[in-house]
Amino acid sequence: MKELKNKIKINGDGQKEFSRSRIPSGCAVFGVINEAGEKFDGKMVIDGISIMHERSNGLGGGFAAYGIYPHFSDDWVFHIFYDDTEAKRLAEDEIKGSFKILLSEEIPTKKVPRVENPPLIYRYFLKTGGNSKSRIDSAAVSGLRKQAAGGDEEDNIVNFVMHINRDICGAYIISSGKNMGIFKGVGFPEDIGRFFKLDKYEGYLWTSHGRFPTNSVGWWGGAHPFGLLNWSVVHNGEISSYGTNKRFVSGFGYECTLSTDTEVITYLLDLMVRRQKIDLEMVHLILASPLWEEIERMPRDRRELLQALRIVYGSALINGPFSIIVGNNNFMYALNDRIKLRPLVAARKDEYLFISSEEAPIRKVCPSPDVLWHPDGGEPVIGVVGKREKKAGSNLIRSGKKPVKV
Amino acid sequence: MALKLTQSEFETERDENKCISCQVCVRQCSNDVHEYDSDQDTIYSDNLKCVGCHRCESLCPTGALKIKERDSQFKTNYNWSPDHLRNIYRQADSGGVLLTGMGSDKPYTVYWDRILFNASQVTNPSIDPLREPMEIKTFIGRKPDKLEFKKNKNLKNKSIKLKTKMYPQLELSTPIMFSAMSYGSISFNACKSLASAASQFGTYYNTGEGGLHKDLYKYAENTIVQVASGRYGVDVDYLNKGSAVEIKIGQGAKPGIGGHLPGEKVTEDISNTRMIPEGTDALSPAPHHDIYSIEDLAQLIYALKEATDWSKPVGVKVSAVHNIAPIASGIVRAGADFVTIDGLRGGTGAAPQTIRDNVGIPIELAVAAVDERLREEGIRHKASIIAAGSIRSSSDAIKAIALGADAVYIGTAALIAMGCHLCQKCYTGKCNWGIATQDPYLTKRLNPDIGTRRLLNLLRGWSLEIKEMLGGAGINAIESLKGNREHLRGIGLSDRELTVLGIKHAGEAW
Repeated sequence: MKELKNKIKINGDGQKEFSRSRIPSGCAVFGVINEAGEKFDGKMVIDGISIMHERSNGLGGGFAAYGIYPHFSDDWVFHIFYDDTEAKRLAEDEIKGSFKILLSEEIPTKKVPRVENPPLIYRYFLKTGGNSKSRIDSAAVSGLRKQAAGGDEEDNIVNFVMHINRDICGAYIISSGKNMGIFKGVGFPEDIGRFFKLDKYEGYLWTSHGRFPTNSVGWWGGAHPFGLLNWSVVHNGEISSYGTNKRFVSGFGYECTLSTDTEVITYLLDLMVRRQKIDLEMVHLILASPLWEEIERMPRDRRELLQALRIVYGSALINGPFSIIVGNNNFMYALNDRIKLRPLVAARKDEYLFISSEEAPIRKVCPSPDVLWHPDGGEPVIGVVGKREKKAGSNLIRSGKKPVKV
Repeated sequence: MALKLTQSEFETERDENKCISCQVCVRQCSNDVHEYDSDQDTIYSDNLKCVGCHRCESLCPTGALKIKERDSQFKTNYNWSPDHLRNIYRQADSGGVLLTGMGSDKPYTVYWDRILFNASQVTNPSIDPLREPMEIKTFIGRKPDKLEFKKNKNLKNKSIKLKTKMYPQLELSTPIMFSAMSYGSISFNACKSLASAASQFGTYYNTGEGGLHKDLYKYAENTIVQVASGRYGVDVDYLNKGSAVEIKIGQGAKPGIGGHLPGEKVTEDISNTRMIPEGTDALSPAPHHDIYSIEDLAQLIYALKEATDWSKPVGVKVSAVHNIAPIASGIVRAGADFVTIDGLRGGTGAAPQTIRDNVGIPIELAVAAVDERLREEGIRHKASIIAAGSIRSSSDAIKAIALGADAVYIGTAALIAMGCHLCQKCYTGKCNWGIATQDPYLTKRLNPDIGTRRLLNLLRGWSLEIKEMLGGAGINAIESLKGNREHLRGIGLSDRELTVLGIKHAGEAW
């Protein structure tokens, strides 16, 4: 432990360097969900995102896949980047102290041109409990966060992930959910996909991201998707409300260590949907709230509801351009900023729902969708495993353009 | 003539070729600077009496008058400034406490002028407020920790209703309100202009501690009523003629001391409004005599909430002093729905000069420290923060909000809009602009309709500018600016100052 403390720094060099430079980015996002829960391999999503090559610049690409670890479907799985074996040793000590390790292995990769200098990449299948809980708590830092945590298993995971990412130099947990995983790195997304051999995995929900950061920091942990618990977020945009959002989530114990928009958006979602139990169908009313002039024209009950949401969650409004695709274990959720400053296209074919920055990738993997539409700003697109998407009948989904037959 | 060491500060320069001896200057000057000699058909000016309010110059029909700072100088001395000398001469004459009006004019760092605002380029589009919605509506009041909802399970009529009961809120069409200025410190016409402008623009004005004149009851929906240590004019009708109640603990211009409205200003109308006998001095004690600690404040807050049926936000105004962050935290924990912080440079109708110029801290630092502290403690949402104390422009306001304020109060700026020239002689009751006076000959100079119009124009102009700046930064709702210090950069500030303000230096990127 003593030795460990010596090694612990405020931030790993990589993280430190990265967090100093918040990277505004223009990007490509693409996601597919099979609402019947049937699995398909990663080829489709690689095919799709590769069409938007021009939207990335080779400084980051990544994928999130759900349903890929059926043999460990009830266990936590961490994907971790290590700068060196020392970081690995320190992080593994912490993991051993807090979890029962069911399996740990290097994530299989293959050599791909243009993908250079990868870190050590490992995954761990874990059970909580055992000799652990107290360690998690003691490792888990500040009083405020503990107060926020309240002992829930998922809160403990959040605390543990934040602890490792902040305190252990050179170790970075990139995904921490169940039966899901995030694969990402520095390179074009199609190369990253091949690097991780994603055609060998099968999932019912895939999201992907190609990155165009406007400066040249290349750090594997900084690629997208960003993940926490079962959440994965890919995002195209640069939010102008970052400082407000960051200060808002910090009041609930979330510490933004990466200074990326995607990180703060993930925390906002975790706070609202998991911790405060706000219905997923209402989240867009907070993240991309209707304008006051719209709210003022609504019937009384709804006006009161919407007004209260804006008054209470005003600091969670995401301002500036964004389109996001959020994955979780049973749904895919996409949203545009309220005045649609970034592109977003959606399409359906049978039980598949596609969401993309551009139409081309959808056409590439599905030449003739049943419907294809451009969601309005602030109008969410939700795909749920085992259900069809709620149609415009749900009065909380803002009526925008109806899906158009193509 | 007895020896008088006091020297005039101003010089009246009269162009005799232009002067037509119309005597406007003679009639306009309540300080009797100008005197007409009919034998000579000449106007003489006594510079010693001039306060530099520029009323005569503004009204001279031929432009014959110019009021200048006197160019006769004391021998240069970097330690003993002319101010020190003049003050000592005055004090040696009178033996009293030196009074002054308005906010401190001392050259302390104005942090607003050392902070730069951001704009979008390329990676994030700026938003054009002429073409896109730009929202600056603001709510003041306590916010619940979270919202809960009732779901209607009826499949035909699926709806979600609010279950959480909201606390009362003030709704502002712009994050700018008129600061507390009492009837007594300013004229009825000035009060009426403020009330009527607030009501027409959809914001609020504050009665100050002088009670509320019955003729202003109709503006109740845009009135914040103040309860100060003197409790002048406070009864249950008064409380219920406001949309919010503000307990005044302190004022930026005079932290730690009370107020004094001299008996000669307590006219019949003011005596009725303040509920005190005509002609008596209105002395506000330094502390509230029922508040000697934070728990006493909590009692008053809840007493006022009870008295107003829990239907109005109850806030507390304090001056920015060294321990403002823990003080504000205590106030929020005592149940205040909003905290008004009045900074070092905040205005006043009368204050001892030495206190005005030497006590308290600038509002910029106070707002930054309070916002930070309340967030650290996880109670920032429990109260709104209103920043006051010399908000001079829309950019000051926007910077205050980015530092963490919900809204700003303007006092001096509003008076300037109505004609005030900052001569700082409010305490004399001789305001030539008809604002800080009760003399009917002077008060009629401020036409409340014109005052209202000018205040509305100011609010409109500032609101438009705030929208422009927001849009430029790629933000289309003011709530996304609140506490968003990423959009601020310091210039020429030390590391320590940047740390307290919680901002980066210009040139530092994300």
